[in-house]
Amino acid sequence: MLYLKNVSLKYKIPLRVTVLVSVTAFVLASTLVYRGIEDLRSNLIANADRMGRVIADTLVQPMLHDDVWRSLEIINTPFRIQEYQAPDRGAEYILILNAANKVYVATQPERFPMLSDPVDIEPRYTEILKALPDLRKPVPTVVEPYQSDNLLLLIPIQSDGMRLGTLVMSYPKSPFTSRFYSLTQGAILTTLLVIIVLLPLGMYWGRKMAAPLLQLSDAMRNITPNLPEPGEIILEESNDEIGQLGKAFKGMLAGLKEKEQLQQQVISSNRLAAIGRLTAGIAHEINNPLGGMLNAISTYKRHGTQDALTLKTLSILERGLIQIKETVAALLVEAKSKSRPFDRNDVEDIRTLIQPDVKAKHINFTGEIDIAGIRSLPSTLVRQVIINLLLNAVQATQEHGQVRLDIHSDNDNLVIDVANSGSHIPQGKIAYLFEPFTSLNETGRGLGLWVIYQIVQQLDGQVSVQSVPDETRFVVQLPLQRDNHHE
Amino acid sequence: MARSALIRILFLLLAMPFASCSHATEQSARPPIRIGLTPVFLDDQATFINEWRDYLQRHLDQPVTFVQRGTYREIVDLLGKGKLDFAWLCGYPYVRNKKIFRLVAVPLYQGKPLYQSYLIVPSSDRQTQSLGDLRGKNFAFSDPDSNSGHLYPEYLLAKQGSNPSSFFAKAFFTWSHRKVVEAVAIGLAQGGAVDGYVWDTLALAHPELTSKTRIVSKSPPFGHPPFVAGIATPRQDIAALQQVLFRMTHDGEGGRSLLDRLNLDGFVYGGDRLFEGIEEMAKFVAETGNNTSRK
Repeated sequence: MLYLKNVSLKYKIPLRVTVLVSVTAFVLASTLVYRGIEDLRSNLIANADRMGRVIADTLVQPMLHDDVWRSLEIINTPFRIQEYQAPDRGAEYILILNAANKVYVATQPERFPMLSDPVDIEPRYTEILKALPDLRKPVPTVVEPYQSDNLLLLIPIQSDGMRLGTLVMSYPKSPFTSRFYSLTQGAILTTLLVIIVLLPLGMYWGRKMAAPLLQLSDAMRNITPNLPEPGEIILEESNDEIGQLGKAFKGMLAGLKEKEQLQQQVISSNRLAAIGRLTAGIAHEINNPLGGMLNAISTYKRHGTQDALTLKTLSILERGLIQIKETVAALLVEAKSKSRPFDRNDVEDIRTLIQPDVKAKHINFTGEIDIAGIRSLPSTLVRQVIINLLLNAVQATQEHGQVRLDIHSDNDNLVIDVANSGSHIPQGKIAYLFEPFTSLNETGRGLGLWVIYQIVQQLDGQVSVQSVPDETRFVVQLPLQRDNHHE
Repeated sequence: MARSALIRILFLLLAMPFASCSHATEQSARPPIRIGLTPVFLDDQATFINEWRDYLQRHLDQPVTFVQRGTYREIVDLLGKGKLDFAWLCGYPYVRNKKIFRLVAVPLYQGKPLYQSYLIVPSSDRQTQSLGDLRGKNFAFSDPDSNSGHLYPEYLLAKQGSNPSSFFAKAFFTWSHRKVVEAVAIGLAQGGAVDGYVWDTLALAHPELTSKTRIVSKSPPFGHPPFVAGIATPRQDIAALQQVLFRMTHDGEGGRSLLDRLNLDGFVYGGDRLFEGIEEMAKFVAETGNNTSRK
């Protein structure tokens, strides 16, 4: 049984269908055979009873007159009728027992001589004599002696409530046997035919039924180690239980996928936050002594001895320190300074600022700006975000490429959407895109996107990247209409 | 008077269709001759009987009705009451009713107006030599009023001081000679008494039936079952029927072939003396029967 349990549904379902079909066919066939035999039997008994009662009634007069020959002629009538002599319907013999249960006359007079005791001739008659029917009994009395090949029908011959004798009609059982064989043969043939017709159908249905389950089980096996994309899973669409199971499975998979993405985002933003804190801390620690050093150099240049070597040395030091300061300042995105609200003039300034780069590369620059009524965002920060995005875009775009800027308000957000037709960013790099010193080209320091990220974070906004071949799109969403702590 | 005139008109109207289709206009006016038949011959051949009736009608120039009944007694009663004009019956009832019956004709069988009673047993029985061997067996008689099928064996038993009901286990009547042969052939009876003429005739037509029986003994010859007339039958009718019957053997067209089918040679007057043997037996049986019943 254990072995059967492990068999694939692909085989198990058709196998069960086969068994079911066979059992049904067998049961049906047996029922038909049984019914056939029963019908034959009850037909025979009903016919014999009807005929027997007519005969018994006709026998009253001759028996009252003790007319043996007339009685014999009467019981011989059925044997004279041609139709009655059909082998499966005829009685073997008919016999009249007198009131003393001795043979009155029989259609086989040599076997049952007149006045003989039937028990002497056939011991089975003891059993038959015990079953002598009631005079008033309306149903036929049928006796089937033990291990006998005959079925006997007993009908009383009566006159005025007195038993004159009993009519005994003996029918051979052989027609039942032959009918049984012919019926069984027919039933077996029919069964085989049914099986031949239904079996392939059953196998086909069974396989069809098993197929979605097998698909589902295959799909489940494949979710490790990497979650498959929703498009990779092919399951049959239906509304039955298997279809619902498939849908639930897809839903579960989508949930898992979402969770995985969320986890990735959390990890990435946590990392960026940690980097941000580290950077800010280091920048502050550098900034304090740096200010002192730059002050000291400035003071010495104004008041100290002015020999050429010292001046030169100090200049080198000063330039280095300033570079450090600039770098640190770039890392340290400070939003503390007060700023006026972002407006249309800022957009015009940005256009002017990037114009030289656009022209240099013959880039087709388009802009769609709809910022009417937006006032709550600090202009300095937003300008920096837009400029950085546009400069990146221009830089990433090949000559004669396209750069599109779309600024509009969407619900409670200001949406800055910058797209370019440059080479796309590989998937692996997107995860680290906003970390400092992640440069996509040779020239940049890799701080532009870091700065954007820091500003967006400070403004409680979101930034996302979509990069497919021929289009890379950065979308920044900044919340509006709420108390900005920068104001 | 008006009523009888009406009846006459009705009768004429009824006769009209016959008059139009039959040449025997005068016949239909005369009442038919009624002849009773008993199974002293093979009376179960409806076609033959019809042909024979047609023959008689033609030659008597008068309608003929054949009347058949289940037993001899019924025919005898009908003839005695004048409800039949003639009857073909056994010599036994004739001799018992000689005062009211008149002998008309006796058939000639094998050239003689005589026949015998046969004692038959199933052909499987090779032992039985005489009636005495059948003691305690079942026996088939034809009709209680038959000479060959009852009186003769009864007489044999009476001579031995016995009678059928004590001698046989079961004695029964089949009401016809042919059925005696059947009863013995199927083994219902272990012996039977049968009209020898009927057995011989049956052997010609149905040898498969008679071959299942064996003749154990034959009786001395008796007068063949005769045609008799009732006491009220007009003499000219008797004479007319006698004429037709006697001439049948000479009538090449129809009569001869009918006699052939009856397995008879013709009809003769015969005379009462032919039946003296039967009369004696009847007297003997009656006396012994009376004696035994008185005892």
